[in-house]
Parts: sequence; C-alpha cells; structure tokens
Amino acid sequence: MEPILKVQNLSMDFGGLRALNDLDLDVISGEIVALIGPNGAGKTTFFNCITGIYPPTEGDILITPPGKKTKRINGIKPNKVTERGLARTFQNIRLFPNMTVLENVMIGHHCRMRAGILGAILKDRSTIKEEERVVENSYQILEKIGLSDFVNEFAKNLPYGAQRRLEIARAMATDPFLLLLDEPAAGMNPHETEDLDKLIKQIRDKEGISILLIEHDMKLVMSLSDRIFVVDYGKKIAQGTPAEIKNNKAVIKAYLGEDIDA
Amino acid sequence: MFLTFPIMVIRVNPIEKIIEWRWNNLILVGAGSFLISMVWRYMIERKDYGTRKAEAGEKSDQPPLIQRVMKDKRIYTPFLIIVALFACIFPFVFSMYQTNILITALIYVMLGLGLNIVVGLAGLLDLGYVAFYAVGAYTYALLNYHFGLTFWMVLPIGAGMGTLFGILLGFPVLRLRGDYLAIVTLGFGEIIRLILENWNEFSFGPSGIAQISRPSFLGMDMSVHGAIIYMYYIMIALCLFTIFFVNRLQDSRIGRAWIALREDETACQAMGIDKAKTKLTAFALGATWAGMGGVLFAAKTTFVNPASFTIWESIIILCIVVLGGMGSIVGVIVGALILILLPEYLRAFSEYRMLAFGILLVITMVFRPGGIVSDVRRIYQFKGTAETKS
Amino acid sequence: MDYFLELFLGGLTRGSIYALIALGYTMVYGIIELINFAHGEIYMIGAFTALIVISVLTMMGMNTLAILVIAGVIAVIYSSAYGYTVEKIAYKPLRNAPRLSALISAIGMSLFLQNYVLLAQTSDFLPFPNLIPDFEFMEPYAHIIGSTDIVIVITTAIVMIILTFLIKFTRIGKAMRATSQDKTMAMLTGVDVDRVISVTFIVGSATAAIGGVLIASHVGMINFYVGFIAGIKAFVAAVLGGIGSIPGAVLGSFVLGWTESFATGYISSDYEDVFAFLILVFILIFRPAGILGRSERHRV
Repeated sequence: MEPILKVQNLSMDFGGLRALNDLDLDVISGEIVALIGPNGAGKTTFFNCITGIYPPTEGDILITPPGKKTKRINGIKPNKVTERGLARTFQNIRLFPNMTVLENVMIGHHCRMRAGILGAILKDRSTIKEEERVVENSYQILEKIGLSDFVNEFAKNLPYGAQRRLEIARAMATDPFLLLLDEPAAGMNPHETEDLDKLIKQIRDKEGISILLIEHDMKLVMSLSDRIFVVDYGKKIAQGTPAEIKNNKAVIKAYLGEDIDA
Repeated sequence: MFLTFPIMVIRVNPIEKIIEWRWNNLILVGAGSFLISMVWRYMIERKDYGTRKAEAGEKSDQPPLIQRVMKDKRIYTPFLIIVALFACIFPFVFSMYQTNILITALIYVMLGLGLNIVVGLAGLLDLGYVAFYAVGAYTYALLNYHFGLTFWMVLPIGAGMGTLFGILLGFPVLRLRGDYLAIVTLGFGEIIRLILENWNEFSFGPSGIAQISRPSFLGMDMSVHGAIIYMYYIMIALCLFTIFFVNRLQDSRIGRAWIALREDETACQAMGIDKAKTKLTAFALGATWAGMGGVLFAAKTTFVNPASFTIWESIIILCIVVLGGMGSIVGVIVGALILILLPEYLRAFSEYRMLAFGILLVITMVFRPGGIVSDVRRIYQFKGTAETKS
Repeated sequence: MDYFLELFLGGLTRGSIYALIALGYTMVYGIIELINFAHGEIYMIGAFTALIVISVLTMMGMNTLAILVIAGVIAVIYSSAYGYTVEKIAYKPLRNAPRLSALISAIGMSLFLQNYVLLAQTSDFLPFPNLIPDFEFMEPYAHIIGSTDIVIVITTAIVMIILTFLIKFTRIGKAMRATSQDKTMAMLTGVDVDRVISVTFIVGSATAAIGGVLIASHVGMINFYVGFIAGIKAFVAAVLGGIGSIPGAVLGSFVLGWTESFATGYISSDYEDVFAFLILVFILIFRPAGILGRSERHRV
C-alpha cells in the first residue's frame, strides 16, 4: 500500500535547540496511527511542521491524496495544507468562542466554498444553494459527532468534552483525507474517553478518513491504533503494533527512566 | 486620589506672572472623587459578582432588553416602521439646522459601519481610518475643482480610491499583529494628513479647498434649502444601502471568515482560510466606505481642509463602533446617533465632549466590553435533518 | 561638517528625550503586553506640574537651581501618582479581557487626561522657562550644541544606568523580569504581580516626567497636546527597537532622533513627522519584531 502521508528525515531547529531530529513516519490509507512520547518529546512540533505552522529545517513531507499524485508540502501555508486535505485539532482547544457551534463547523467548509463578495451581496442562486448545502452538511457532521443539540449555542458555552468533539467536527468539515488529532482525550473522564474511542473508529470506518493522533491515554492508544510511533527528545525510538510497543525496552526506558529493568 | 489633582486647583499664567488659587475646585474635586470612587467600587463588585455567578454555571435570567426587542417580531416591525416614517418626514418637520446635524450623524453611521467591518468583524484595530475618509473627501474636492466633475460621478471614484488606498496600506501591514497594526495605521493616517497639509501645490495646504458643489438633481439648480433636503435623502438611501450590504456580508462565507479571524488567527488558518486575503478584503471594504463617506462629507460641507482629518476623527469613529457594540449593526447605528447627536444638543457642555468620550470609552470597556448592543449571531433551526432557516 | 555635527547632536538630544518616554512604553508592554496610550499624557502632566511648581517658586523668589530640582522631584512624584492611578482605574479591571478592550480603554484614558488638562488649565501654549544655565566651558561649542542638550543627554544616560541597575540587580527588578516571562508562574513563585505592575507604571511614569521637564525646558513651551505627539513618537521609537526590550527602546529612540534630525536638516522640515512614521512603516515591514526584538513564536 502506498502511504498517504510520508515524512522523511524531518528535523526542526529552534535557534540552537533541535526539537525534531531526523524523524520518519508514514500513514497508510485507512489506518489509525498514534504518535506517543513523554512530555516535550516534540509531538506537537511535529504536527505544527506537517500542517505548515512551522517550516521544517530539513526533510520532506509528502502527501498522496486518494486518487491523486504525490506532492511535497514542506513550508506551504497552513491554509493550503488544509486545502490539500490535512485537517487538525489543537491540544489547547482553539475554537471560535463567540461563534455558534454550527458556525464553527461552517468555517471548516470555508475552503471548499466559492462564494465571493459579489455573491454575498447579490445572493444569487449558486450562493444560496451553496449556503444551504453547507448548513445541511454541517448539521449532519454535528449529528455524527453527537452535538446536534447544541447547534445554536456559543462555542464558549459548551462543556469541555463537547468542545473537544466540536474541534473534531470542525476539522472534519474541511473534507480531509487525513485527520490530525492533538491529544483529543486530554481532560476527558473515562466515560467520555470511551465515547471518543468509538467516535474515532467511526470516523475511520464510515467516513474513510485516516487518522494520526497524539495521545497520552495509553488505554485509548492501545485500543485505537493500528500502529504506534514513539518519539523521545525529537527522535523516533520505536515503531510497531500496540503489542510490539508494549514490550519494547526502549519505550519502557523512555517512559520509566534508566534504572528500571523491564 | 487627592494627591493627583493640583492641576485643577492652581492655574498659572506665566506670561503675566499670575497664579490663580482655585481652592473651591479642591472641595469640588474632593467630594466628587469620593463619590465616584464609591460608585466605582460598587460597580466593580457587582461585575465580579456577575462573573462569579456565570462561572458557577448559572445563566443570566433573561437576554438584555434590546435583544429581546429585536427578537420579538411584534415589537420589532412596528418599531422599524415608526423609525422609517420619522426618517422620511424629518426634514419637513424640523429645521434645516436639525436636518444638517442629522446628515452629519448619518455620515458617521456609514463610517461606523465601514469601520465595523475592520474592527468589529475582522478584529483589526485600525486607528488610521480617517486617512481613507480624507482620501475620499479630497478626491471629490480636487476632481470638482479641476475638472468640474459632479457628485454622482465622483461617488464611485471616491469609493474606488478608498479601496485602492486600503489595499495599498493593507499589503504591508498584513503581517503585523494587533498592536503593531494599530500604530502603523495611526502613522499612516498622520502621514496622509501631513502630506495634505504641506503639499501646497497639490492640496492647497492648510487652507483647504472651498466651494465644492453640492450634489445636483438632474442638473437642476437648487436653493441651499433644497440641496440640504436632497442631501438628507441621499444619506438615508446610502445608509440603507450600507446596512443592507454589511448585513449580507456578515452572514456570508466571507463574513464568517472575518469573525473567525478575529476569534483565533491560528485556528482560522488551520481551517483553510487564507489569512492575508481575508484581512485584505476587510481592510479594503472598510476603506471603500470611508472613501464614500469622504465624498459625502465634502459635498455636505462644500469645504475640505486637513484639520477635519485628525487622529481624533478616527478615534470618534472607533468610539462609535466600540460603544455601540463591536460587530453589531444596530449597535453601530445607535452608537453613532448617541455620540454625534448628544454633543450637538448639549451645546452647553460641548467643551466637555472629548472628556466625556474618554470616560465613556474607559467605562464601556471596564463594565460592558460588548457595547450597548452586543452582537447577535444568526439562529438556525432544524427539524430532524430537514432544515428551515429563521 | 559643522552642520553635520550639529544635526548629529541634535538627533542625539531628541533621541535621549524619546528614550526617556519610550522606556515607559516598553516596560509596560514587556510586562502586561499593553500599549499604554495614556503614557504621553503622563509625560505632559509631568511637564505641567513642573511648570506650575516653577511659577509658584519663582514668585517666591528662590534661586533657579533649587527650583529646577524641586520642580523635577514634584513632577516625578505627581506623574508617578497619575501613572499608578491610571493603571488601577483603566487597566487593572481589564487584566483578563481581550487585548483590544484594554487598548481602547487606554485610548479613552489618553483622551480623558488630555481634555482634563485642557479644561483645568488652558488650551494655549504656555512658555516654559529655561532654567538650565549656560555653562561657561561650553562657550566655544555653543554654535553646535547648547547646554540644555548636554544636560538632557547626561540625564538620560544617568536614568538609563539607574534603570538597568534596578532591573538587573534588585529584588523588584527580578520580579519584573519574572512577570514579563510568565505571569502565572511568577505569581505561583510568590511574586506579587499586582505590585510589580504598579511599580512598572510608577517607574515608567517617573522617567516620562523627567523627559517632560527636560523637553519642556528644551523647546520652551508646552500645551495640553504635546504629550500625545511625543507619546506617539516615543512609541514609534519603542516599536522600532523592538517593543518590550529596554536596550531596544534606547536604540530605537536614537535611530528615530537621527532620522528626524538629518531628514529635516537635509531634505525638508515640513515633513518631519512624515519621516518618523515612514521609517516606522518600513522597519515593521522588513523586521516586524523591531531592530532588537526577538521574533516571537506563537505557541500552538
């Protein structure tokens, strides 16, 4: 299988600090891949490099959208990355607090819409059609995510768990082939995490969106992932199936420290 | 607080070597500041109480009065009709003087709505808005002076010049964040004013350009009286056009992108919105309205000079937007009417106008950051998956 | 060559004064990330207070040097008090509000103070007596640089040294630096953040007041509006150097001072302010963080 995301020798320097060091990673279509590692290992930086927020110092980021040619997306702007079909969520929730839940999702559709200023003013047919389609579509996404009761609520008034789900809904609205989730379960209680587990699997199975996620909740990671990549100090220290990772000495050492024998 | 008021008490006149001791002011200030500080403390406490209540998860009992009025069709529609009727007959009921003031207020409504796109929706603090206003005014003044072009010909040109300058300024400042943007736009506004003031060959310097023709109706010559009434209706029509325009924009793809940009730039970009392009449209559209406002201003006063376009003009327009409620059309209209009409009718206090503006800005920000009428987002209703919009 | 030197030194004097005001901006910005629009007004109030004190004392017949010192001290005290009060009223309640709100509140405060002085005093320009005597040893150079200029440059240098010392080596300085790095963390380690902010405002206002007294005796007249213009220019200087950075503010001030001095000297004096703003726009376009500013990365 051809990977839809292929990252090769990725490095990122902040001044003298090497936050990512020669990292390789790939995601195959239909997979759920997890990226784990201790705090400060460079996971979010990795996401930021892929999504164009930081231009990487070295290496290649290649994407192959289904049915299209492979492209190198190093250093292109975040909005272009999203247009190409990579959507993300944020570790520290970044919704648009003073917009309604529905509008938040509608923003996700932005790059798939065409209406310009003239369209907005004249409200010609295609614009109205487009708006209707987007409203409809957004509502459907919210139903899938289980937020349809909150449609007209301001995003800032949602409970914490719902805000995390709304971020996922918003990302899905950009019509991605790969979803990057940055700690989707952070701050959730066990019950909410279980729902999230189902939701993520559903997104993969029903929507056909592949998923790359960063997560600290090991139970969730083990249950979800097809493959796991482990990073520490910006370097990849292991990769493999959940079962392989569980018994990997290097991983245990990274998490528990030097002195403990596995 | 007592310590800080010697300026009130002693007034010096170094030329004649006279010192006035104004002890009576001291008593006034003392009593005044005591009262004010009591009220202030009380208000702060109430506000804190409010936030604590909100944090505890209790919802405020009811939406504020104005929002209820706006939601309730039964009150809203007749209210609108009364306002419309009043607006129609105004020039025949009231004196020319009153009409003239209202024209000014309407120009500010337009400017406020234009700036509202930039500040209220897109969240870009523009302190040089007056520059585009000046561009519009001088476009009309100069074209009229040199080539005798009429109001109707220049109105679109003025708007276009506004857009052009908006884009011209927009390009370099797009990369800047909030505070830097504010100061650069402020600088830009001052540059335009200083150029107008000093480039005598082009703009006739500080003395300005006089005898600009008023708008004409089908080439007829009108008395001043008739011209003012005509001007008034042009203003009403243009304001309605502006409201229509902004309203449509607000609920469109672009309007949403602006608001998203205001709320969170990074997330906005990650959602596939082109930050630069979105900012630029907001900037250019805001400037377009300022350009139009400028043409109207020149046509109304028949005289322009650089002194009309100081930084304070920008700040007054900003006050209108902020006080009325950022992002809210009704708010901006209310804000403009209050800020422009009140000082006119309270002539006795006109000296205190700017002082009051200052206090008003601080108080609004501290106690009611949303302005008088806060932004109401559109409500969508769904029955199952089939949806109908309200 | 003499002309060049004259312009150079003139720029130095201007730069020194801008630096005194710019410091207040930069310190406040460094700590609470707010453009204190009212800062120029604080400086104007300093100048006014000094003028009032000087007038009163002159009529009582004191000697000039004593008057200058007393006026300076009182101006510093009053400006600091104003700075402190402004912070308590207009900024403290907005500590956690969006930055736009605080900024607008600052503009409101600036508007208020300006008109307050306008109404309480007068809208006319008031002559400000030049109390700095002409030094005799300066005689041979008098055509290039006046005694007042020397005093200004030296005072600025002294203030800079004191300020650097304050920030680098004292307890409160350490607390300031900690607060500007991370407010929450500073609070957790026992720094009284409110007090730090108050002190910042007081120190900033005090330097502005010194600047106010100096520039007033340099230019020879003041009115209620001087604060705003000087404030904006000083802010431009602070941004030029990279706002939040103290050496940056000083450097930016000198750059601005020289630009204005040379541009007005060699090109045209009508466009003095235009040059100031043009250089601002250019620098921000090519180096958005200013000359010495670190380019910031937003944490995502």
